[in-house]
Amino acid sequence: MARIRLSRAAAPYLLLLPGLAWLLLFYVYPAIQMFLVSLWTGNVQDGYKLTFNWGIYGSAFTEYWPWIVRSAEYGGLATILAFLLGYPLAYTIAFRGGAYKNVLLFLVIAPFFTSFLLRTISWKIILADSGIVLGPLKAAGLVPDDFRVLATPAAVVAGITYNFLPFMTLPLYVALEKIDRRLIEAAEDLYAGPWRPAGTIAGAAIGAVLLALLALTLSADPLVPAILGGIVGALIGTFLIGQAFLRITLPLSLPGIFAGSLLTFIPAVGDFINAELLGDPGSAMIGNVIQARFLKITDYPTASALSFILMAAILVGVLVYARLIGTEELTGGRI
Amino acid sequence: MATAEATAVAPRRRTRLVLGRTVSRWLLPLYTIGVTLYLILPVAVMILFSFNDPTGRSNLVFKQFSLDAWLNPLGRPGLADAVANSLIVATTSTFVATILGTLIALALVRYGFRGRSTTNLLIFLPMSTPEIVLGASLLTMFIATTQLGFVPEGILYPLNIRTIFIAHVMFNISYVVVTVKARLAGFPRHLEEAAMDLGANEWVTFWKVTFPLILPGVVAAALLAFSLSIDDFVITSFTAGPRTSTFPLYIYGAQLRGIPVQVNVIGTIIFVSAVTLVVLTTLWQRRLAARDFAPIEVISA
Repeated sequence: MARIRLSRAAAPYLLLLPGLAWLLLFYVYPAIQMFLVSLWTGNVQDGYKLTFNWGIYGSAFTEYWPWIVRSAEYGGLATILAFLLGYPLAYTIAFRGGAYKNVLLFLVIAPFFTSFLLRTISWKIILADSGIVLGPLKAAGLVPDDFRVLATPAAVVAGITYNFLPFMTLPLYVALEKIDRRLIEAAEDLYAGPWRPAGTIAGAAIGAVLLALLALTLSADPLVPAILGGIVGALIGTFLIGQAFLRITLPLSLPGIFAGSLLTFIPAVGDFINAELLGDPGSAMIGNVIQARFLKITDYPTASALSFILMAAILVGVLVYARLIGTEELTGGRI
Repeated sequence: MATAEATAVAPRRRTRLVLGRTVSRWLLPLYTIGVTLYLILPVAVMILFSFNDPTGRSNLVFKQFSLDAWLNPLGRPGLADAVANSLIVATTSTFVATILGTLIALALVRYGFRGRSTTNLLIFLPMSTPEIVLGASLLTMFIATTQLGFVPEGILYPLNIRTIFIAHVMFNISYVVVTVKARLAGFPRHLEEAAMDLGANEWVTFWKVTFPLILPGVVAAALLAFSLSIDDFVITSFTAGPRTSTFPLYIYGAQLRGIPVQVNVIGTIIFVSAVTLVVLTTLWQRRLAARDFAPIEVISA
């Protein structure tokens, strides 16, 4: 009897042991090792020594500050754009999908069955200077001959947005799908109507500010985008956003918004493929610096320091998030 | 008085709502079709360009329809090796990660134990760490083992296919845990208890009752792990070393000189196989669900 009780108590730990050992050896330990490597001095030829050179963090910050800021900007912008694109998509699938729900969800994740690199290269083909989009536009004289999309920050942000849009859409869908439809009906029965005139004003303000910010980050003139964004925002606020959405659907989908934003922002901020394939040196991100320092220049200490900074920054975000929603949700049915 | 007010307000309110409803009835579906096309467009371009006969080295402009690349899909130096390595790593790492991850998911769902929230956090962290950091930290560890002494040289450093395998198992474990755990929620525990009551021991109960019930979740997790592994570029580029190639590494190397059409052919084959497999397993799971949850008369009939 005592033996059986002992084995019952040990059972979960025996099940956990091999997998967690793998993660401790090849996730936790390498992270610690990376931190130690960042405190090394030396070079590949003469060898490295652990000298606890803390100064490297200061110099890495000052030297690569523009890249760090740019990564945060591009990642944040891509996350906002993915949210704006993904929310109506997830909403339509969840509320209007009907018989097509599974087909639509499948189409959202279908890009994942193609190599990330090949998809990004496809965008390079589509957006090429005289490719299938710009070629005809230039021939028709609608855009100037020297206009280009590739090798601009806009192309990098668009590429990141495209690649991580499903990460935003799926958690939003899960959150929206769970909402009890009777609550919305109840709201409408209780005279939740259109959201006017506040919706018009709020929509115009949000649209104008968002597109102006977008233009500023991509170093373009913000005036025209701001006016356009204001008009589109006002139309959406007037005709599409009702009281029921504002007071029921949106607050209840907040967990999905948090999860989707985190799942989009994390890979976006560390990405280097989009910047490398679609951008130019002026749009390089912190990922490009880390990759080059590790694999091309073999400056291991600086590269380790930069990736440790990236990891620590994201870890703080994740821990705050875990505090907010609890650890059980972290590994529980997100897809 | 209340009714008089309601009738006075109702017509105006209705016209407003009707306008909003009409706009949203047409706008949202149209928008959804647009975004879906946008998501699929690059995949379509990849497939289209697998039938291209480009002039010169780069496959960036569609010149002429041709089946040349399809008739000789591995006909580029190094491509066959790269694809073979990708398949080896994906198969082995999926196998190991699926077993390790399923065991963790079983422990998390079926037992209450101390250290649960730490375990949950440890599972979540690799998924929320940027790939470049995962790859970079493994690289520093593999390099540092040369200084440790107790790891013989040649096992972890110089980098080779073994180090890619280690990395892929590591990042796949978490995805397997999450997928299997999602399917285990709502698991019919009473069936296991019934088996035990009827004299089956734990081992027999697991293989005769538990395993068949969790199999669909395990298969879904394995599919996900396989597709993540075969597509991984970032972590692989840090853990492969200069002499080992995989399909994504081959694409990256080739894109500097110009991508051969064969790459699009293999990309298309991977896409079509993945879609077929997912559709087949979904249909299979639906059949299983229909069988398992059918009314009892149907089964006894």
